[in-house]
Amino acid sequence: MALTDPATEASRTATRPEKGRSLWTDARRRFLRNRAATAALAVLVLIAIFAFGGGFVAQYERDYVDFTLIGINASKGVPSFETGHYFGTDAEGRDLFARTVQGTRLSLLIGIVGSLVAVVVGTLYGAISGYLGGRVDSVMMRIVDILMSIPFMFVLILLLVIFGRSLLMLFIGIGLISWLGMARIARGQTLTIKNKEFVEAAIATGVRPLTIILRHIVPNLLGIVVVYATLLIPEMIIYESFISFLGLGVQEPNTSLGSLISSGASQVLNGGGEPWQLYFPLFFFVATLFAFFFVGDGLRDALDPKDR
Amino acid sequence: MSAPILQVSDLRVTFDVPVRGGWPWTPPRKLQAVGGISFDLRPGEVLGVVGESGSGKSTLARAIIGTVPSSGRVVFDGQDLGNLVPGARRSRRRDIQMIFQDPLAALNPRMTVGDIIAEPLVTHHPKTPRAEVRRRVAEIMDRVGLLPNLMNRYPHEFSGGQCQRIGIARALILRPKLLICDEPVSALDVSVQAQVVNLLRELRRELGIAMIFIAHDLSVVRHISDRVMVMYLGRLMETATAKAIVETPRHPYTQFLIASVPIPDPELERARPRPVLEGDLPSPLAPPSGCVFRTRCPKARERCAQEPPPAYDVGPAHRATCHYWDEPTPMLEAAE
Repeated sequence: MALTDPATEASRTATRPEKGRSLWTDARRRFLRNRAATAALAVLVLIAIFAFGGGFVAQYERDYVDFTLIGINASKGVPSFETGHYFGTDAEGRDLFARTVQGTRLSLLIGIVGSLVAVVVGTLYGAISGYLGGRVDSVMMRIVDILMSIPFMFVLILLLVIFGRSLLMLFIGIGLISWLGMARIARGQTLTIKNKEFVEAAIATGVRPLTIILRHIVPNLLGIVVVYATLLIPEMIIYESFISFLGLGVQEPNTSLGSLISSGASQVLNGGGEPWQLYFPLFFFVATLFAFFFVGDGLRDALDPKDR
Repeated sequence: MSAPILQVSDLRVTFDVPVRGGWPWTPPRKLQAVGGISFDLRPGEVLGVVGESGSGKSTLARAIIGTVPSSGRVVFDGQDLGNLVPGARRSRRRDIQMIFQDPLAALNPRMTVGDIIAEPLVTHHPKTPRAEVRRRVAEIMDRVGLLPNLMNRYPHEFSGGQCQRIGIARALILRPKLLICDEPVSALDVSVQAQVVNLLRELRRELGIAMIFIAHDLSVVRHISDRVMVMYLGRLMETATAKAIVETPRHPYTQFLIASVPIPDPELERARPRPVLEGDLPSPLAPPSGCVFRTRCPKARERCAQEPPPAYDVGPAHRATCHYWDEPTPMLEAAE
């Protein structure tokens, strides 16, 4: 056999394949070197532990009304370890810790579900539209344009009013709109990727169009998709909080950060002496959003080192 | 002489160029990138294609593999590729593989080298067991001069020459009958160019693959090809054996190309006359009437603007598309 490279001789002895350094490994290293992003990620992990494990620490059920405290909430319902109301009680005498845990969990779930729908539906829709191009692309993108031009908040409120306030409706409403922006971003990115030679090589080899989209286009889109998805989560949380703030979100006894902030804010506005009812949910709300934004920024820097 | 493996007749590729500032229904302008190319390729033969940038070489390659729409006939191994339904056409592609100009851009940055090389195999033989796939990838990597233990690495960890070897390994894993090399060495360093060209020559000798070798550098093409085809503005200018093209070029454009190849000796190179082709390639949106080369041809006359020259037989298997192929070219004569 003809050999052109003397290094090939060495291959006979060294047959164990070496581990490669993928672009993802590089990105992870760059992300971990970014202190703010790593700290934000740690905060997020703590918040997630709080949201999903806090229930075991709570001394009360979230819907248990402590009748002994009614009327004397301002003095007896203060946050304290002795009574077991770590974050105090709300206006109805319910344990605020348990309610904040549940509210944070719901807000995170809304954000993650909205974002997942965006990642799965938006990425595939955008990639297919961009890859097929031509008339299919025009039709698919005009559909997105039309959906985007509908005032979404208005439709979501109508949906909740017509079909009743339910968690499912909220998830559907958020899922319906969250993928539109993602589809546009994915399509734009696909247009640049599909003209690369490796896609042409795959076509020339005879790979099927769907396989090309899944194997060659989508993995190269993922960097930007991940960044956008992380930045989309806080946006979804804000939407949900706004809906809940208006009183259209989740139903009692369920709660979310938005409705907790809403009731806390009205207490404070009415001159009540229970500011903790605003501060605890607000703290978790702000901390979650900040953490997501920092992680998103960190991911962006880590995934496209060129565009910094 | 065996039957040709590839017969291309009157291949044309026309692109629509939208009129800038026009309405959506304004008819687009037509850009003819390849205008009526015909040739045959026998099994195991290497056809070099030369021409300057924009002469339609790459478009010709893409029309043959079918990634750009074209008219005319491409008959591969007795089958007209234009008539196949998409599924059958995809499976036909197993026998035609391509090597690309930019070695790194032709490799998916998110896939390991082993997966990249295995892709044609996995696509056309999806039931191959994993161990067998790995064995064949290792075998082909070894053959093109790459260490098989690098198969879990990613393309960005390799040099340009190594990336091109990966591209060659991917193209060869299915033992194709035709390999199209689209400027495989023009993005590489000169020393690496020689290695890659030699590798391709060896592989061709071992495997007996027919090749279409595209380059803008005649000295590289001459080294590897049996026959050379010179293109200008999407048209065939001259075709002959590699030896005849270099020694007895008949078309003025080929003569200029030959004269522009530098001599690897500084003294001789400095002393030698260097006739330069005046002007730029005309816009393919508005090609010159008659002979497309006439705007830059020192021999151009009235007749060249009126009738496009046919391919004249000027020697054994040697054809030139010039009305005055048998007259000396003035500028070259003066330079000598």
